[in-house]
Amino acid sequence: MEPLTWTGSIALLNPLLMIAIAALLVSLVVWILGSIVLPETPVSVNVDGTISSGSGLRGLTQKALRYSFAACVALALAYIVLGILMGTSAGIIGAISQQFLPVWLSLVILFAMSIAFKRKLGLYGKLFDSPIGMIGFGLVMFWVFTGIFGAMDLIITHDPLDQVSGMKNKVPGTPLPSVGEGEYAWYLLGGDNLARDVFSRMVKGAWIVVQIAPLATMFAFMVGITLGLPAGFYGGRLDTFLSFLANLILAFPVILLFYLLVTPEIVATGVPNYMAAVLFVFPILFLAVLLNSRFYTRPSFRTPLLIGVLGIALWLYLSLISTGGYIINTDTYGIWGLPTYLDLFDIPGGILVVFVSVVFVNSPTVFRIVRGLALDIKTRDYVAAAQTRGEGPWYIMLWEILPNARGPLIVDFCLRIGYTTILLGTLGFFGLGLPPESPDWGSTINEGRKLLSIYLHPALPPALALLSLVLGLNLLADGLREESLKD
Amino acid sequence: MGLFILKRVGIMLMTALCLTFLVFFLTNLYPNLEKLAKTQGNFRMSDEQVESYLEKNGYLQPMPVKYGEWLGVLPSYRHTNEDGTVLGRCILPGQSAEDAPRFCGILQGYWGYSTVFKQEVSTVVGTRLGLTGRLMFWVMLLMVPSALILGVLAGMKEGSATDRTLSTFAITTTATPEYVSGVIFIAIFTSSAVGLKWFKGTATQAMENPTFENFFLPVLTIALYGMGYIARMTRASMTEVMTAQYIRTARLKGVSFSNIVMKHALRNALIAPFTVIMLQFPWLLNGVVIVETLFNYKGFGWALVQAAGNNDIQLLLAISVVSVFVVLVTQLISDIGYVYLNPRIRIS
Repeated sequence: MEPLTWTGSIALLNPLLMIAIAALLVSLVVWILGSIVLPETPVSVNVDGTISSGSGLRGLTQKALRYSFAACVALALAYIVLGILMGTSAGIIGAISQQFLPVWLSLVILFAMSIAFKRKLGLYGKLFDSPIGMIGFGLVMFWVFTGIFGAMDLIITHDPLDQVSGMKNKVPGTPLPSVGEGEYAWYLLGGDNLARDVFSRMVKGAWIVVQIAPLATMFAFMVGITLGLPAGFYGGRLDTFLSFLANLILAFPVILLFYLLVTPEIVATGVPNYMAAVLFVFPILFLAVLLNSRFYTRPSFRTPLLIGVLGIALWLYLSLISTGGYIINTDTYGIWGLPTYLDLFDIPGGILVVFVSVVFVNSPTVFRIVRGLALDIKTRDYVAAAQTRGEGPWYIMLWEILPNARGPLIVDFCLRIGYTTILLGTLGFFGLGLPPESPDWGSTINEGRKLLSIYLHPALPPALALLSLVLGLNLLADGLREESLKD
Repeated sequence: MGLFILKRVGIMLMTALCLTFLVFFLTNLYPNLEKLAKTQGNFRMSDEQVESYLEKNGYLQPMPVKYGEWLGVLPSYRHTNEDGTVLGRCILPGQSAEDAPRFCGILQGYWGYSTVFKQEVSTVVGTRLGLTGRLMFWVMLLMVPSALILGVLAGMKEGSATDRTLSTFAITTTATPEYVSGVIFIAIFTSSAVGLKWFKGTATQAMENPTFENFFLPVLTIALYGMGYIARMTRASMTEVMTAQYIRTARLKGVSFSNIVMKHALRNALIAPFTVIMLQFPWLLNGVVIVETLFNYKGFGWALVQAAGNNDIQLLLAISVVSVFVVLVTQLISDIGYVYLNPRIRIS
């Protein structure tokens, strides 16, 4: 097998891309300078009362920027489409875009459906009016689909833990020394210092992030909302106490906390299990209060609903916190949990402690945001109206204040997933929590950085992957903020 | 104002007490002590040997007692060996038991002995803080002016070409954590694979002899991550000020745009970023730990990693006290400064 070059037989596109990128950069600089130096476009008032403006020099710079950007996008699309069609004969880029085929298909379907029905989809649909939001959403969904399909073994070319002898630190596009039946013949992004496939590890790493980050952020939001609403609404002693606790955790350097919490010794003492048992109660409390405050006037409907919902929630809760029949299982003592035949899923101690500490670090910030919003909104007229109607405090908090605070909360949710991703990467970077062979991005960057002055390829793909996912989340949050302000 | 500061200092002390107790609790859990005993003695110690080592060094007392000893409000633990020699926390090597003070905690100014560095904790923290202080000084010098300039330029005309470009740049830097930007910088500017070799990939030499070549990359890496956030806050504050009534009045009066920005808008627009910069310190501490590990610069963050990795209890406690102190003091400064800068706010 021949080693692959980056672009293979579509190399003729490279000079075109270079020209397009150069044109884009030049027109960008001209555009910025033009907006400072050039005069505003002249506006003339017509006889019929309408206003028309000529394009002027500014319009010209803007047009140049738009066309060069379109050319860049078109060329990038050409690389991907040709890659999908030609596969490995289009070099590494072609092979990679062919491997990502399911992701491209899902993205195209998702975007086509969303744009077609965007007027019926509320805030989500409005996202497709803002280019920034669309780019962000595209980046995020790219990694979400990569994570999901990667977990289904669709994208990866090799097992992320397999070591192939002779492939140690090999550059991207190196063929395997001997190819078995049905085996992919190249390491597309090269091999790392243990001769594993960098590409497959990067794809598998996406799944770890996609699994943990949104879920951990959601739990942090549940905790923050359940505590922040009463703190802001009631104020007084409760507020002072909870705010002190939140400030206490916020004053703690995150890395020190991770170093203290996320160690095998602490896992052995069962501290993370206690924390999980406490933190994961909040979603159940939230659900129970949410439903009860709304439907308590109709007990015949409320009681079966609560029994059903809370039953399922409790079952999930117990299977989440109990492992192998125990909630806490240390050398000296154990607390019985759900028996194994009822246990839906087991979470290994390493993952659980990562999850718990990320929730723990994030929830005080959410608490502060929710508290601030509640303080602001509780002075509104509709809250006073609800109080006059005789609604209970929890109804007002959860069904009057919370829905009206949703805009900032959704935006913060997106930003916070990005921050959680960064935190997970930090944990991996310091080798905390996750097992050392785990393909998550932080650990891979940490391993790759040691040889960085000679071999770039093991560290750069996960670094760029993390960068693009967090950037996507930030852009998405920006687009959402812009669109929600337009209401 | 005096009462306000007094109250804040009181809360600060309480927070510091709670946090150090938390660190104390976590580091003194039995598996951690066992690890400490094994790194201090040898890794093949039996359970009994571990037990006797811990007993001898006073680690097996109840938690509040040990905490009191560390604070210096309880007399510290002493252990009499079979041959009559007395061991204790206060008894430094070469000192007899009678001469040594009974109380030795942070109230007496004794921070303990670091088991990793084999030095007194105060010396370790002092030298490491000095190194990190130098790093932070240059980070601040790079980050604050450039972030403010970026933010003001972007916020001057909302929605303009400059605004959009600079905002995109700011978002990109906030989305790039230090371990990503650091790796990318090292790959581009120092590796033999790219061949630019403008800078050095490690900052170890910068500890004695900082030069532009070996010190710029770590400074840039930390500064970049914080810069985007400050720039965005400055931009938000600037756009808000630029839509204010008095700016419109000035424009209608015919004041030139540059005069409006420099004389009318800037002073009011810089109040909010001041708070943000002050509150940025705790995040910078994270950056310091990552960057010092990445560039092998043996400062405060590096010491934290070493202390936590080896369960060096005394050093960890000192480090957490210092970092909590930094966080709380910057919070206090930001509150006082905000009141000082913005006369509309009065503390009742």
